[in-house]
Amino acid sequence: MSTATLPGPIPHDHDVGRINYLHSHRGVMSWVYTLDHKRIGIMYLAAVTASFLVGGVMALLIRAELIDPQLTMLPSNKVYNQLFTLHGAIMVFLFIIPSIPAALGNFFLPIMLGAKDVAFPRLNLASFYIYVVGAIFAVISIVLGSVDTGWTFYTPYSVDTQTSVVMMTMGAFILGFSSIFTGLNFIVTVHKLRAPGLTWFRMPLFVWALYATSIIQVLATPVLGITLLLLAIERVAHVGIFDPLMGGDPVLFQHFFWFYSHPAVYIMIVPGMGIISEIIPTFARKPIFGYRFIAFSSIAIALIGFLVWGHHMFTSGQSEIAVMIFSALTFLVSIPSAIKVFNWTATLYRGSIDLKTPMLYALSFIFLFTIGGLTGLFLGALATDIHLHDTYFIVAHFHYVMVGGTVMAFMGGLHYWWPKMTGRMYPELLGQITCGIVFLGFNMTFFTQFILGSQGMPRRYATYDEQFQPLHAFSSVGALVLGVGFAITTAYLLWSLWKGAKAPRNPWGSLSLEWQIETPPIHQNFLETPVIEGMPYDYGVETGSGH
Amino acid sequence: MSSAASAIDGHDHPHNPHLAHHFESMEQQHNSAKLGMWIFLVTEILLFSGLFLAYGAYRAFHPEVFNHASRLLSLPLGGFNTIVLIGSSLTMALAVREAQLGRGRLQALFLLSTLALAGVFLVVKYFEYSHKFHVGLLPGRWFAPHGHEAHVAQWQNVRIFFGIYFLMTGLHGIHVLMGMAAIGWLWLRARRGEFSAAYYTPVEVVGLYWHLVDIIWIFLFPMLYLIDRSPMH
Repeated sequence: MSTATLPGPIPHDHDVGRINYLHSHRGVMSWVYTLDHKRIGIMYLAAVTASFLVGGVMALLIRAELIDPQLTMLPSNKVYNQLFTLHGAIMVFLFIIPSIPAALGNFFLPIMLGAKDVAFPRLNLASFYIYVVGAIFAVISIVLGSVDTGWTFYTPYSVDTQTSVVMMTMGAFILGFSSIFTGLNFIVTVHKLRAPGLTWFRMPLFVWALYATSIIQVLATPVLGITLLLLAIERVAHVGIFDPLMGGDPVLFQHFFWFYSHPAVYIMIVPGMGIISEIIPTFARKPIFGYRFIAFSSIAIALIGFLVWGHHMFTSGQSEIAVMIFSALTFLVSIPSAIKVFNWTATLYRGSIDLKTPMLYALSFIFLFTIGGLTGLFLGALATDIHLHDTYFIVAHFHYVMVGGTVMAFMGGLHYWWPKMTGRMYPELLGQITCGIVFLGFNMTFFTQFILGSQGMPRRYATYDEQFQPLHAFSSVGALVLGVGFAITTAYLLWSLWKGAKAPRNPWGSLSLEWQIETPPIHQNFLETPVIEGMPYDYGVETGSGH
Repeated sequence: MSSAASAIDGHDHPHNPHLAHHFESMEQQHNSAKLGMWIFLVTEILLFSGLFLAYGAYRAFHPEVFNHASRLLSLPLGGFNTIVLIGSSLTMALAVREAQLGRGRLQALFLLSTLALAGVFLVVKYFEYSHKFHVGLLPGRWFAPHGHEAHVAQWQNVRIFFGIYFLMTGLHGIHVLMGMAAIGWLWLRARRGEFSAAYYTPVEVVGLYWHLVDIIWIFLFPMLYLIDRSPMH
């Protein structure tokens, strides 16, 4: 380690490999051109967090407007439409989809496999810059006339509106390539770069989850690409693909869009499930219950998730037989998710539970994701969906899965791996308290919306009937509490970079591979390729050592 | 990686300069690159699948339009281009073979032939397109048949066929261009003698990509040109 500070000749590559990755190369350019998966992960982490904060501010503006039934704060309904569209597009394309895979996954997948890097480091860096270019397109679209179609860009409105749909969809198109390259890289890395002894069924469940996610990214994202390309061409050239006047069909757009975007919600949630599968055994001090079931359920979600897109179109004029099949398949996809919840709960049973911040987030995840998943069944059932369709119920359901699920898992993973990534401990008690604030604020905001939706409050309106005001106001207060929670988290995590206690190699006493190496990891992760001899979750099992 | 570093590694054999630091062996690196390209090809197929689905849906909605409009495409030119592309796949396969055997001169020649055939394909496509432009068989808002194709305007929904025709062949043409860029890059490297029996991964991987471009055309040709060639009634 001391070689890092010694003046004198430039160290050999091999010496650089021994230095912690934050100090192995110096200067801004060493970050700009880095091929190190850990540094790319950190850059992604900064980018997705910034996107999350921007999207969050928009959510707060939306909720502020909704305190009153009349249009009070915003100048027009159109601005409200633009705000919720941007909130959705930013959160989906710039935050949730890349959040866990591209940031935490990039950092930890190779390490968990005992590899020095992902299979294609240059492609990995390219994927980050493609992400940046896509984000720039999105920003340009805001300047040119922010899109007001909703993040789903439904035709025919998206063809007719005067806002800059082409720029925004091209941004999403470009972001799709970034997502594809990350997925492709992970699949090859998992297949080809596992350390000796690391069989498929010794892989950490986070790796299984990322593998399943990557399959979805690779198979679904190109379809979004062609869909958005067709939409842009439709706007420019009026080819007629989505226009009945010229022999086209706007419902085809919905089919195309949801063929990607339903699997995409599994791109968003499955990596979160992977994080929970890491945190639960570590802080319950027990081997994970039903390892193979959890592993295979990720793959099952990835595959069945491709067959349910029609449940977004129950009221769009599909045939009755199609509607019934999609409903049945939707119920089917809930099984692997339930398998995971049962197995996590069984892992907790008689465990020696340590309620550190990551564990609190993991428990929040189980609780909130279960609500989000079960309310999904209400929407998958045909008769109830007719009533609940396009109401706040669906907004609440979606946010219970995406915020209650993915964001809770992201926060859990961020706290869990923060010491390893930065070499600093976050303040534990503050972390625990803040988790409570986030949990409270989240439920205030979104449980209220289940009630609003079941009472008939439609989504995507800036103004509403007087009778809904108390619930809307309560929800808005909840959003403020939630926002405060995230603001505190941002503040203390940044604070810990300067003032946090130095992190030991393995603060949680975890058995998985990433905790056995230096903190922060050295540039090449491992001085010698590790040989894997056991499971990553052998807590309390007499096998000598985990590895 | 410097030679000093490989000595420290404790390997007996010298490192191939093309071996990246995070791979253990050339074989592992080669197999990773190939798997990566296969996955990329899957994404390409799915990218085109949207257009194939649109084609299927609209041909089912308007079969008569597709039957009629298909006759307006030039069978000789389309057929010639099909042969050209299949030929280019052959020269590409031969280039990969030569690379595997480490024979540099023939390899560069085959790469150049592939590049030339791809160029011929695009030139023919240029003449096809300009003829369509000339008679106004254009996609979308520019669709305005005139001259001896003026009667086409009476057919309802016919512009959807030309929309799909230009989208599918246009996207395919862009892929031909990207393939040409990749093959040109290979040719430059092959001329510098960079490939050998121990390292020919880029040639093989680009070869895989080129075959996909070829296969997509093999589907496009019958779907667009050969729907119904019986005499008009």
